[in-house]
Amino acid sequence: MRGWKLVAEEFTPKIIGFTCNWCTYAAADLAGTSRMQYPPNLRLVRVMCSGRVSPEFVLKAFQLGADGVFIGGCHLGDCHYIHGNFKAITRYYLLKKMLQQFGIEPERVRFNFISAAEGEAFTQAVKDFTEQLKRLGPLRPSGGEGSGEA
Amino acid sequence: MSEKEEPRIGVFICHCGTNIAGVVDVKQVVDFTSKQPNVVFATDYTYMCSDPGQALIKDSIKEHKLNRVVVAACSPRMHEPTFRKTCQEAGLNPYLFEMANIREQCCWVHMGEPEKATEKAKALVKAALAKASLLEPLTPMEFNVERSALIIGGGIAGIQAALDLANAGFHVYLVEKEPSIGGHMAQLDKTFPTLDCSACILTPKMVDVGRHPNITLLTYCEAQEVEGFIGNFKVKILRKARYVDEKACTGCGVCAQKCPVKVPSEFDLGLGMRKAIYIPFPQSVPITHTIDKENCLYFTRGVCKVCEKFCPAKAIRFDQQDETIELKVGIIINATGYDLFNAKKLPQYGYGKYKNVITGLEFERLVNASGPTGGKIVRPSDGKTPKSVAFIQCIGSRDEHHGVPYCSRICCMASLKHAHQVKEKIPGAEVCVFYIDLRCFGKGYEEFLVRVQDEGIRLVRGKVSEIYENPETGNLRLRLEDTLLGEVMETEFELVVLAVALVPRAEAPALQTLLKVSRGADGFFLEAHPKLRPVETHIPGIFICGCAQGPKDIPDTVAQASAAAAQAAIPLSQGKVTAEPLTAYVLEDYCSGCGVCEAICPYKAIELKEVEEGKRRAEVNEALCQGCGLCGAACPSKAIVLRGFTEPQLMSQIEALSSV
Repeated sequence: MRGWKLVAEEFTPKIIGFTCNWCTYAAADLAGTSRMQYPPNLRLVRVMCSGRVSPEFVLKAFQLGADGVFIGGCHLGDCHYIHGNFKAITRYYLLKKMLQQFGIEPERVRFNFISAAEGEAFTQAVKDFTEQLKRLGPLRPSGGEGSGEA
Repeated sequence: MSEKEEPRIGVFICHCGTNIAGVVDVKQVVDFTSKQPNVVFATDYTYMCSDPGQALIKDSIKEHKLNRVVVAACSPRMHEPTFRKTCQEAGLNPYLFEMANIREQCCWVHMGEPEKATEKAKALVKAALAKASLLEPLTPMEFNVERSALIIGGGIAGIQAALDLANAGFHVYLVEKEPSIGGHMAQLDKTFPTLDCSACILTPKMVDVGRHPNITLLTYCEAQEVEGFIGNFKVKILRKARYVDEKACTGCGVCAQKCPVKVPSEFDLGLGMRKAIYIPFPQSVPITHTIDKENCLYFTRGVCKVCEKFCPAKAIRFDQQDETIELKVGIIINATGYDLFNAKKLPQYGYGKYKNVITGLEFERLVNASGPTGGKIVRPSDGKTPKSVAFIQCIGSRDEHHGVPYCSRICCMASLKHAHQVKEKIPGAEVCVFYIDLRCFGKGYEEFLVRVQDEGIRLVRGKVSEIYENPETGNLRLRLEDTLLGEVMETEFELVVLAVALVPRAEAPALQTLLKVSRGADGFFLEAHPKLRPVETHIPGIFICGCAQGPKDIPDTVAQASAAAAQAAIPLSQGKVTAEPLTAYVLEDYCSGCGVCEAICPYKAIELKEVEEGKRRAEVNEALCQGCGLCGAACPSKAIVLRGFTEPQLMSQIEALSSV
């Protein structure tokens, strides 16, 4: 946390997240109930299944100024909708390839399997992703050369 | 309420005592909110979920003619149902309600940054407003429920659930893959901690099942296909041919007496023999005999038919075929129980290699009066009565690397019971239990532990690392560290009993696919919530109980089975169920009939229908649709809309979240 604060003034990445109602959204709730702390730059959209997340949602978020997009679903095999997260992860890998062609670093979209019991994993994912995005710097969809590390 | 009416949104921001108000500047959020489009009323209150809080919402709906309500408070997973009901009570369609999660996902996780938390709370409220403006009134669907139940598994769990439902007046189909119901409990001799004879307490229940007018007993049957949804499951059951007419067979047993073929008995775990025509155990229900086709001389060599010749009831049917039974049921209970961990996977204990190393369940058969030895505890190698018996705990249990990570829960008590039985049947025998921890947590369990300690049973804390046999005597030498004394020791016993772990059924993956339910990391079937919905699954209308859900003892199994029956009785007695209307529908004009949605739907809820020649359109069966939205994300023409999570609604949320 402290480390994050030190550099926060330089650049705070904006993250839009999509989490499934049954696992990762619940994990985010658990993180709250357990008073785990993470950077306030993540805003979640609740969907019923990570498989509901259309690539267009991710692109829309980037278009509107998000520096990163987070998607969270149940662990493989644990999907509330049998295999929705398999579809989501397949789509995610395709999307990463597509982003590259748009000049957006594929690391700006992140998928994590986080169960309803893993508040800690959720917190860690948000922290890690924030750090990663800070290194990447603000989204500049031209060549993807903008690095916050310089 | 008309959909085209201008949205008039009321926003209610909760302090949650100081939970929210202690971090987020609520007044600032109210000010911000009241300036947003379509908001006609915005206020805050200490506890929105309290009675006065809900009254405030209801009054405001009427006073300000609100047609949308947004509450910014805790997680919708917590209070969405509460507030939906509040709206409904004020005459507003409950699906015109949206929640902003500013507690769990805002103030509680950003406690040190009140300003940023306030900003985030504004964004979250704005997103809820954006979605709320686009909400449409929805009506829950209602389905009729077939008032009958399918229970898979005829062990004590299935038996208890079947009797409870049958006694409540519902018809029950009890499916068991073995020729008799009874399950593992029928194989046990005594039950801890009361030492009730297992058969004495189980068989009356088995008989009740067999003659209950509301129970159709389907033994030697397996569920093959399951289609449909709560209230309307269509099930295909395979009835395996037993080559004996169930109605004609009186169970006299003459056939088994005359049958010349002897094979190891599955029920006695290979310690005793049975004939090729048999009942698994004397109290089998039904008493109908079964021909084991693999071993029957007539089926293997085409000669014999001795059973047919001697059967006084003329019940033998060599021409019987497998058949498929189709059932329609309202609910399904999965009571399929457990398998035992294969101790051969841990070669250091010599199970399968040394004859005098047996499992706890094998011990149950040895000590049982109707077992292969007539209840005499003898060594498999030489038939002698052992003068010393060792019980080794946690074989496979609590062993992430070679077995399973969990505790199997019943083995400590089972071994203590076995230890007591050895003392009772072989006076003066040396009995020793080697344990990691003794877990005697149930009612009367700790007292039982004290009792067996008083009987002179030695309890040694330490995990046996290796067993090897003295080939001359068949005795077994155990090497271990006594972790209380800190000493490495080696001792000799005449018989060793392994307390093997309880593991998921080998058939569990197939059943998972059949029922479309989930299993946990341990492989056991998963309940909908570990604490609050312990006998439901994620699939409405499918319930679980007993060891199918995880290892447990008989009292817990019976309690859970009754609980599953009680839960299952809710839709059965109502005769109807209501389902969330958050389902998908097809915009026919946009649909090109490509079929992507049909292929992606996990519930087979979408079907392509020919609307005119050469023109196909997708159609959603809303009774089957669970509202995951996979189809909506996959449809290339945006022809599928998921109610409550439509593309415009989600896009508006993304937009709002990005703007603050």
